[in-house]
Amino acid sequence: MSDQRIATDGSTPQTKDEESAAGERVQTDVSNGFVIEARGISKVFPGVQALRDVDLTLSRGEVLAVVGENGAGKSTLMKILAGVEMESEGVIKVDGQQVRIGSVDKALDLGIALVHQELNLCPNLSIADNVFLGREKLVKSVGGLEKVVRLVDKETSEAETADLLKKVGLETRPDTLVRDLTIGSQQLVEIAKALSINAKVVIFDEPTSSLSGPETERLFAVIKDLKDHGVSVVYISHRLGEVKHVADRVLVLRDGEVTGQLSAEEITKEAMIHLMVGRDIEKFYSIKHKISDKVRLEVRDFIVPKQPGKPINLKVHAGEILVLAGLVGAGRTEFAQALYGIDQPWAGRIFIDGREVKVNDPIDAIRAGMLLVPEDRKLHGLVTEMDVVNNITLAGFKDRLSKYGIVDARQAREVASRMIKELDVRLHSMDQIVQTLSGGNQQKVVLGKWLSMDPKVLLLDEPTRGIDVVAKEEVYKLMERLAEEKVAMLVISSEMQEVLSIADRIVVMCEGTVTGELLPDQYSEENVIKLATETTRHG
Amino acid sequence: MGNMKRIAGISILLLVIVTITAIIDIRFLSPFNVRNVLRWTGLFGILSLGAAFVIVTGGIDLSIGSVVAMIGTFSAYLMARQGVSVALTLFLMLLLSLALGLAHGLLITKVRVQPFVVTLCGLFIYRGMARFVVGDMTQGYGTGFLGLKNLVKSRFPQTFWPGTPPEFIVNWSIPMPFMILLILAIILAIVLNKSVYGRHLLALGANERAARYSGIHTHRVIIIAYMISASFAGLGGLLFSLDLNTVQPSASGQMYELYAIAGCVVGGISLRGGEGNITGVIIGTAIVRVLYNSINIAGIATQLEFAVLGMVILIGVSVDEIVKMIAEKRRIMESADPEALQRKATA
Repeated sequence: MSDQRIATDGSTPQTKDEESAAGERVQTDVSNGFVIEARGISKVFPGVQALRDVDLTLSRGEVLAVVGENGAGKSTLMKILAGVEMESEGVIKVDGQQVRIGSVDKALDLGIALVHQELNLCPNLSIADNVFLGREKLVKSVGGLEKVVRLVDKETSEAETADLLKKVGLETRPDTLVRDLTIGSQQLVEIAKALSINAKVVIFDEPTSSLSGPETERLFAVIKDLKDHGVSVVYISHRLGEVKHVADRVLVLRDGEVTGQLSAEEITKEAMIHLMVGRDIEKFYSIKHKISDKVRLEVRDFIVPKQPGKPINLKVHAGEILVLAGLVGAGRTEFAQALYGIDQPWAGRIFIDGREVKVNDPIDAIRAGMLLVPEDRKLHGLVTEMDVVNNITLAGFKDRLSKYGIVDARQAREVASRMIKELDVRLHSMDQIVQTLSGGNQQKVVLGKWLSMDPKVLLLDEPTRGIDVVAKEEVYKLMERLAEEKVAMLVISSEMQEVLSIADRIVVMCEGTVTGELLPDQYSEENVIKLATETTRHG
Repeated sequence: MGNMKRIAGISILLLVIVTITAIIDIRFLSPFNVRNVLRWTGLFGILSLGAAFVIVTGGIDLSIGSVVAMIGTFSAYLMARQGVSVALTLFLMLLLSLALGLAHGLLITKVRVQPFVVTLCGLFIYRGMARFVVGDMTQGYGTGFLGLKNLVKSRFPQTFWPGTPPEFIVNWSIPMPFMILLILAIILAIVLNKSVYGRHLLALGANERAARYSGIHTHRVIIIAYMISASFAGLGGLLFSLDLNTVQPSASGQMYELYAIAGCVVGGISLRGGEGNITGVIIGTAIVRVLYNSINIAGIATQLEFAVLGMVILIGVSVDEIVKMIAEKRRIMESADPEALQRKATA
């Protein structure tokens, strides 16, 4: 078990740094102690323990990679360090001084900069304006009025931005508007912004998810440069190949707890996966039903918009539950939304029951019998301020529940009450506002909306997120019943236990394309993670 | 870049309307009519400039017309009826309009009432106050206050000409309201494009979260925007009352907030926030005023004036959105993986 050391006391990580200092790739200066020393960090969100007793130390000029599956708590930990979230418990020391960070301003004052996973730029402003937003360079003299008339010194800020852009390898004029940049270039602007505050610690949260190969190389050079200047870096990535390339040390999280640390020479993909996955995942639910040979949904040469990768070819049979596994950002939601006509695919054809379907809009998908249960039910699945009857029957009004444009209220109520009974939605009355239902019951209303329309293909995006165990089981039962009714289901799930339990077949995606398929006898968390980190562009 | 194109676009639109109207009736270009259009553009442009600052934040100010009525009524009432000195009146009116803007801003940021609702209530309240305080009586300045009236009546450079000005100068001197608009526009253009405040205003209008993450006091920025809008409406109120020499509390300034907003929208300021352009606002206001004037000159039934105005604005704004949509699509294509693009081309 040489690859698994759990940091339990202060001395362990330091010893390890000394060890790795002997290695050829580390010029780390550890004599000054830790830049950041966080002990016993816990974070509780309502109903969820996101972090439990996590220790994290960071030395001067060290690159620490933090890895873990979806929901392992990486982002929460980083948000605490960057002042976006406040820890529930624990002690954080910066340069040996105990601090409570708690706000972005404070974090910046302490010299901690976070490069966000999602972009936080103003598209209408220039690169230079974005880089120095909130910390503008001022014109030094405005005829004695400079205290009151605070003018932006465009020349200085653009000159300094030009230097930063050179550093991050973005060959664009600093007065270019951010909205005219590609997503990858925008990410580089975020990085330039973090560099501009001369931080002691720069945290990168999934920085390469939208970068191309050369851009990624450039980022590694930036990190190396930071390191050489004594800046410490925390690096979060799903791409394990990359981690091996840049990190001096790896911290592995699982379910909000540290499961181990690896020093530079111990970093291998296998070692990281080993610590990321739990050994004993039990199937907590097993679905038994017959799958027919008939192909209900076929996707040919499909290129996902927003996350274009190699073309996807996929078949889902009648009565089959196909689970799309992968890490957050793999393009699974984008895939489902493009199938459903919310976004237009770059290329590709869709066949339902052997007949080609042109999907330009959700209504085309609905008419063809392909329905989507979206990821965020409050945002896309429900009109939360409307009552249960109207939510269940919303999609049916146009084609089924109306005549000459007038809603057939009696029939609508009948359909709704049938669905409520079938799905066992717990409520006081059918006229109850959806917002007042529990999460599980809300999800049943979403499902009820589609079941009332006799679907052929059901796309379910994270169907059990945020609902309790009992409600989850009811959702699974329902899926089983649908399978018996020969519905083809494409389920997106990021919960490993769920993936392994309910799937008839697992298809894994990474970077907008399919990286592999697993049959039941190949099911294991390690196999899924391996395919999910099978990056095609790097590592 | 985009801004320059838009300015070019609306300048051409303005030119087209001017040309067509001049062809229909050359009197459109007579010195008298041009001065008239410039004067009105100046007066309404001041309101539009103020509104623009609020719209950049993604908000709206519906109270402008009622502030115009209230400040106009109170100014005439205090000076002409109550004999309060000019300086004190102007000071009190400035204070009052700044206070209104402050109240709007505080309600929007701290109490979190929507801008539409806050300023809609302002629209009702200030009109009511104006009517109540003076007992719904029409106010006026009579034959006095000539110095103050010079703010709207004088012309540049005619009024300041030593001796008797030549006829050319008499004909083509610029009305003072338009001069005031130009001066304010220069100041606001510096504020918007050069100052730290302007940078923060544009940032928060486009991405409030990014602004907050950058440590900007977004509430303060928004409150100041509403104070700018209200004080410009107040100035407009004073100038309108001086220009007409009478103020009818129940009718003065009615719908002016909508003209102000229309000027901004035609000038390319998106109601979604984050877009600001002072030159655009002035040209936009000019387009609205010229259209108004053209409808009369071209002999189109006056009943149709609103309909024509609405149609032209709608077409202009739609074209703008369509152009934006096409540009957006092109950008998405460019930002994507070139390999995938290749594949799409062959697919």
